[in-house]
Amino acid sequence: MRWLLVMILLVPCLAEAKEARPLADNPQAEARLKRLAVELRCLVCQNQTLADSNAPLAEDLRREVRAMIAQDMSDKDIIDFLVARYGDFVLYRPPLKATTALLWLGPFLLLIAGATTLVRALRRRQKKLADVALSEEERHRVAQLLSEGAKHS
Amino acid sequence: MKRFLLPLAIFVVMVGFLAVGLTLDPRKVPSPLVGKSAPDFSLPQLHDQEKVFSSNELRGKVWLLNFWASWCGGCKDEHPVLMQLAQSGEVPIYGMDYKDRREEALTWLRRWGNPYPVIAVDESGRVGINYGVYGVPETYMIDKAGVIRYKQIGPLDEDTVKGKILPLVREFQNK
Repeated sequence: MRWLLVMILLVPCLAEAKEARPLADNPQAEARLKRLAVELRCLVCQNQTLADSNAPLAEDLRREVRAMIAQDMSDKDIIDFLVARYGDFVLYRPPLKATTALLWLGPFLLLIAGATTLVRALRRRQKKLADVALSEEERHRVAQLLSEGAKHS
Repeated sequence: MKRFLLPLAIFVVMVGFLAVGLTLDPRKVPSPLVGKSAPDFSLPQLHDQEKVFSSNELRGKVWLLNFWASWCGGCKDEHPVLMQLAQSGEVPIYGMDYKDRREEALTWLRRWGNPYPVIAVDESGRVGINYGVYGVPETYMIDKAGVIRYKQIGPLDEDTVKGKILPLVREFQNK
């Protein structure tokens, strides 16, 4: 029984390790594809990049991009090819246009609004604090309370 | 009391934005191809592989190009609408069998009926990419000069056909 177990455990040793097969014959082209594909949106599963998605359309588009890389087209030409067909939506970084201005500038507007509110609130509080001056009697009481507190601790 | 007015106003505006956002369909991506020339293609026909169907043959006609496949559920949904439109004779609907198997496509048509005068076969999906297709069914209306005038993403329904497609077809047939 024990021998059987040992033999079963030895079976995996027969498997031979091999080098991982490269995805493409041309690793440089594949690196370029990868760099481009993370900037492009898969239109089927819209929150995935072209690099991540396994949707058939994403596979087709990767094949097209690969073909364009093989033809030595520039990154800009490849992206223009896709934008002409699918619109700016394929880009994960939409270009700055009148329609996308709020998208790009919105966070900065919110930051400015938040900072302004904060500064104003702080100034108002500072003014309030400055108004209060302690009388001699109060100062005396503060000293007394503080010394009592020190004794207790 | 007054100090709560501003946060309340911001909240109401946010709710307004979110409410509008809920009514939008993220699948409806506006096509940059509307108003541009329809990409040319020459592809083998579904019923006769030897014959070629080329988009140039349809110059001077207003026509619909419907991307479909036997594996696509939405295509089954819109199929009765296409049959009805084809029978009305208002506008020819040409089919593009998208990334499909020939036998399965033919079986599908035998079973449900064929609204198309000619069907081209886009096996690799390359013509689909040129048309910016990202999910079948999609339907394009192409005018006499070969310009795309309308794109429907997803299944056609009677309201869309009556309210959008037919008025556009009539408008461009008279031009």
